[in-house]
Amino acid sequence: MDKMPRWADVALIPLINILLAFILAGLVVLAIGQNPFDMVYFMIKGALGSTRGIGYTLYYTTNFIFTGLAFSVAMHAKLFNIGGEGQAAVGGIGTALVLLAVPWPHWTLALPFAVIGAAVFGAGWAAIPAYLQAKRGSHIVITTIMFNFIAGALSIYLLNGVLKKPDQQAAETRQFGDGAHLPTFNEMLSPFGIEFSKSAPVNFSFVLAIAAAVLVWLLIWRTRLGYDIRAFGNSESATAYAGISSVRVTIIAMLISGGLSGLLAINVVMGEAERLILNFVEGAGFMGIAVALMGRNHPFGIVLAAFLFGMLNQGGFELLWEMPGISREMVLVIQALIIIFTGALVNMTRDPLERFFIRMNKRAG
Amino acid sequence: MAEGQNQGRPDTAAPAIELTGISKAFGPVQANKDISIRVMPGTIHGIIGENGAGKSTLMSILYGFYKADAGEIFINGNKTEIPDSQAAIAAGIGMVFQHFKLVQNFTVLENVVLGAEEGAMLRPSLAKARQLLTDLADEYELHVDPDSIVEDLSVGHQQRVEILKALYRQADILILDEPTGVLTPAEADQLFRILARLREEGKTIILITHKLREIMEITNTVSVMRRGEMTATVKTSETSPEHLAELMVGRKVLLHVDKPKANPGEVVLDLKNLRYVDEQGVERLKGIDLTLRKGEILGIAGVAGNGQSALLEVLGGYADGTGEATLKGAPLPLAGRGSDGRSRRHSGIGHVPEDRQNEGLIMEFTAWENMAFGYHHEPEYQKNPLLMDNAGIQAKAAASMERFDVRPPNPKLKAKNFSGGNQQKIVVAREIEAHPDVLLIGQPTRGVDIGAIEFIHQQIIDLRDQGVAILLVSVELDEIFSLSDRIAVMFDGHIMGERMPDETDEKEVGLLMAGIVEKAA
Repeated sequence: MDKMPRWADVALIPLINILLAFILAGLVVLAIGQNPFDMVYFMIKGALGSTRGIGYTLYYTTNFIFTGLAFSVAMHAKLFNIGGEGQAAVGGIGTALVLLAVPWPHWTLALPFAVIGAAVFGAGWAAIPAYLQAKRGSHIVITTIMFNFIAGALSIYLLNGVLKKPDQQAAETRQFGDGAHLPTFNEMLSPFGIEFSKSAPVNFSFVLAIAAAVLVWLLIWRTRLGYDIRAFGNSESATAYAGISSVRVTIIAMLISGGLSGLLAINVVMGEAERLILNFVEGAGFMGIAVALMGRNHPFGIVLAAFLFGMLNQGGFELLWEMPGISREMVLVIQALIIIFTGALVNMTRDPLERFFIRMNKRAG
Repeated sequence: MAEGQNQGRPDTAAPAIELTGISKAFGPVQANKDISIRVMPGTIHGIIGENGAGKSTLMSILYGFYKADAGEIFINGNKTEIPDSQAAIAAGIGMVFQHFKLVQNFTVLENVVLGAEEGAMLRPSLAKARQLLTDLADEYELHVDPDSIVEDLSVGHQQRVEILKALYRQADILILDEPTGVLTPAEADQLFRILARLREEGKTIILITHKLREIMEITNTVSVMRRGEMTATVKTSETSPEHLAELMVGRKVLLHVDKPKANPGEVVLDLKNLRYVDEQGVERLKGIDLTLRKGEILGIAGVAGNGQSALLEVLGGYADGTGEATLKGAPLPLAGRGSDGRSRRHSGIGHVPEDRQNEGLIMEFTAWENMAFGYHHEPEYQKNPLLMDNAGIQAKAAASMERFDVRPPNPKLKAKNFSGGNQQKIVVAREIEAHPDVLLIGQPTRGVDIGAIEFIHQQIIDLRDQGVAILLVSVELDEIFSLSDRIAVMFDGHIMGERMPDETDEKEVGLLMAGIVEKAA
C-alpha cells in the first residue's frame, strides 16, 4: 500500500520544491535590493517569450535530456555515473573525428556516423571505470570523477595539437563544412510556414534526444537487458541467484550511459558550433544528475525536468541583460538554489507531505 | 515445565502491562484493532499469530516506535504515555529484536554501555558496567565475556548481549521478538533456561513467536492474534498446540502432513565428491556424495552453517564447486561457463532459495515481474527478439497467483507489499510452474505463517508425486521429518549419514547433526 497518491509523488513534490526554490531565490534577490517578481518575469520571458528564447531553451533541453538519460540508465543499475561531463567531452572528440575525416555530402549521411562516433567515444570513456568497478571493485564515483579531469586534459592536448586548425591561435578545429550542417528549427519549420528564430541554436538533435528518451524507456521497461539492469540495481544478491552476470550488467549499463552522454556532442559540436571547441560541455554532464533525480530516472520525467532546467539556463542568461543589478554570480546562485531544491533535496518535502496525506486519508475514511 | 515456576503472585496484583483498546492503522490497513491484554508480573506471556497478524505492530506501540491511534497503556497499574523508545526504557521495558541491534566491531561491554554512557569520559562508565555485568551474569546465568568482540560471538551469545543490554537499563519487562528464529535447537534450550531464570527473579517476559512448541514449553499464558485482533488469551496449561493453531488460523490445521508413499524412479541428480571453498578460503563442502531420484524428497538436516547453504549455492549455480555431478545422465558443470543460475534453470533445476527477500525476489519489482525472475530470458517470455512479452507474463502471473492462493491476488503489487508467507508462495509458484526436473528448496517455511506452511508443504508433496526430484534443506527438524522420504544429515561440510524417516528418530538425527555417529547395529 503506497501511502501517497502517485500524482502527488511525481508532480506535487517537484512543484512544491520549485516553489520553495523560487521563494528562497526571491529572498536573495530581495536582499540585494532587486525586485524578485521582476526576476521571475524576466526569467520566464527570456526562456519562453520569443521563438529565439524558446530556441535557446530547447537547445539546452536537448543537452540535459542526453545527460539526464545517461545518468538514469546507470542509476537503474545503482551505478552513480558522475562522469557524464568527461564522457560528453570525449564524445565530442569522436564526433569531430568522424566529421573531419570525410567531406560529407549531406547531413543525413553524416549524422548516423557522427552519432556512432559520439556514442562509441563516450561509451569508450565510460568503459574503463566500468571495467574497474565490475572486475576490481574500484568505486565508480571516484573513477568517473577522475576521468572527467583526464577528459578535460585530453581535449586541451588535442585541440592545441593535432586537431588544431592550422595557422590560428584559438584551440579549436576547423569548421566541419556545409555537408555536416544539421538543420536548425528555423530551417526545419519554414517549409511549414512557421517563423522560427534564425539565431536560435536548437536543431535536429532535439528530435534525436526525444527518440533517445523513447528508446531508453523501451530498453529499461521492455527488454531483457533492462530487466537485468533493474534487477541488478535493486538487489545484487538476487541477480547471483537468477544467474544475471553482475560484470556484464555493470559494463553494459555504463557503456549505454557513456554513449548517451557522448550524444550531447551531436547537439553542441555538430549542431551548434560546427567545429570542436574547448569546454563545450559547460557543466551539462553534472546537470544531468539533477535532471535525472528530478525526473525520477524515468525518461518522461527526464524530458520534463530537462525542459525546466533548459528554461532556467536560458532565463538566467536573459536576466543578465534585463536586470543589470543582478550579476552573473547572482544568476548562478539562483540557478544553484533551484538545482539544490529540485535535485538534491527532492526527498526533503516527501516526509511531511506523506504525513499530511495519511492524516487526510484517516479523516476521509 | 510451564507450571510451578510462577512465583505464586496472586492474580489480583496490578498487571505489569495492561493495554486497553489499542488500535493502529497504516493507511487502509488496520494492523491492530481494539486490542486489550493484561500481562501479569513474573510470568512469561506468549503472543502468537501468523505473519501480518499485528504482533510486531503491537510491540512497536508498546516500545514507542509507533503511536497508537487509540487506546491506553498501563505499566504496573499506572497510565503511561510512551512516545519513544527512551520513554519505554524509562518505564522499565526492554526489547530484544529479531535482528540484533549490536555494533559488530565493538566489545560486549561497549555494546552494553552504548547509549547509556554517563559523563563525557568513557572509562568510568565502562568500569561501572563491567561490575554490573558480572553481577547480572551471576544472577541470571547470562555468562558472556565482556571483552569479546561481538562479531566473534555465536548468534546465541549475541542474543545474550541484547538481553544484558536491556537488563543493564534496568528493564523489568522484557519483550523478545521471535528470539529462536536464528538459534540452533541447543541455543534455544539455553535461551529458555535463561528466560525461566529471569522469571524466577520476578521479571516479566513477553515472548512473540509463531512456533507453537515454544509457547507450550515456556509460557504461563498465551494470547493469540489474528488479522489485527486479539482472538483469545488462555492459560498455557489449559490448551493444546492443535487448539492454538486453530485459533491462529481460524480453522483446523493439519500439523502433520499426510502423504502417500513415494515411488522413487531413476537417479536424476548424482553428486560425487562435491567440494566448495568460499571466498574467505573456508572449505564449506568437504566431499559430498548424494543421489537424488525422480519422485522423492531428500531432506538435508543439519544445524545452520554446516554446509547446507553452500550445497544449495553450488547446485543453484551461484558458487563454483569442484567434483563430479550428473543431471539426467549428462555432466553438470560446477564451475565456469554453463554453471550460472540461468543455465541451471534452463537445464531443469529450479531453486526456491533460503533467503527469499534477498535472493528469491526483487522487493521493488511487482509480483508479475518477480514471476518471471530468473526465467526472463526464456523464449516463452519474449514477444519478439527485442522485447519481452510483458502482457503475457502478467496474464500468466495472475493465473499462477490464483492457483497458489497468493493474497492479495494482484500481480501489479510490489513484492515488498506482500506478507512473508505470500512472498514465499510467489517464489514457490514461479519455481514449480517452470516444471523443473529437480527442485532445490531451502527453508521453505522460514518466517511463513501456519496456513501458508500447510499449503506449501502440500505443493511440495504434489510436485514429488508428479515425478520431480526434490532436495529439501531445512533447519526445522519437524519439517524434515514430515516431508522427507529420505534424510541426509550434514555436519561440518560432510554427509554424516542417510536415514529413512520411519527407521530413525529425532534423537538419532540430532546426534548426527552434532557430528556424533552412534555405533548402533
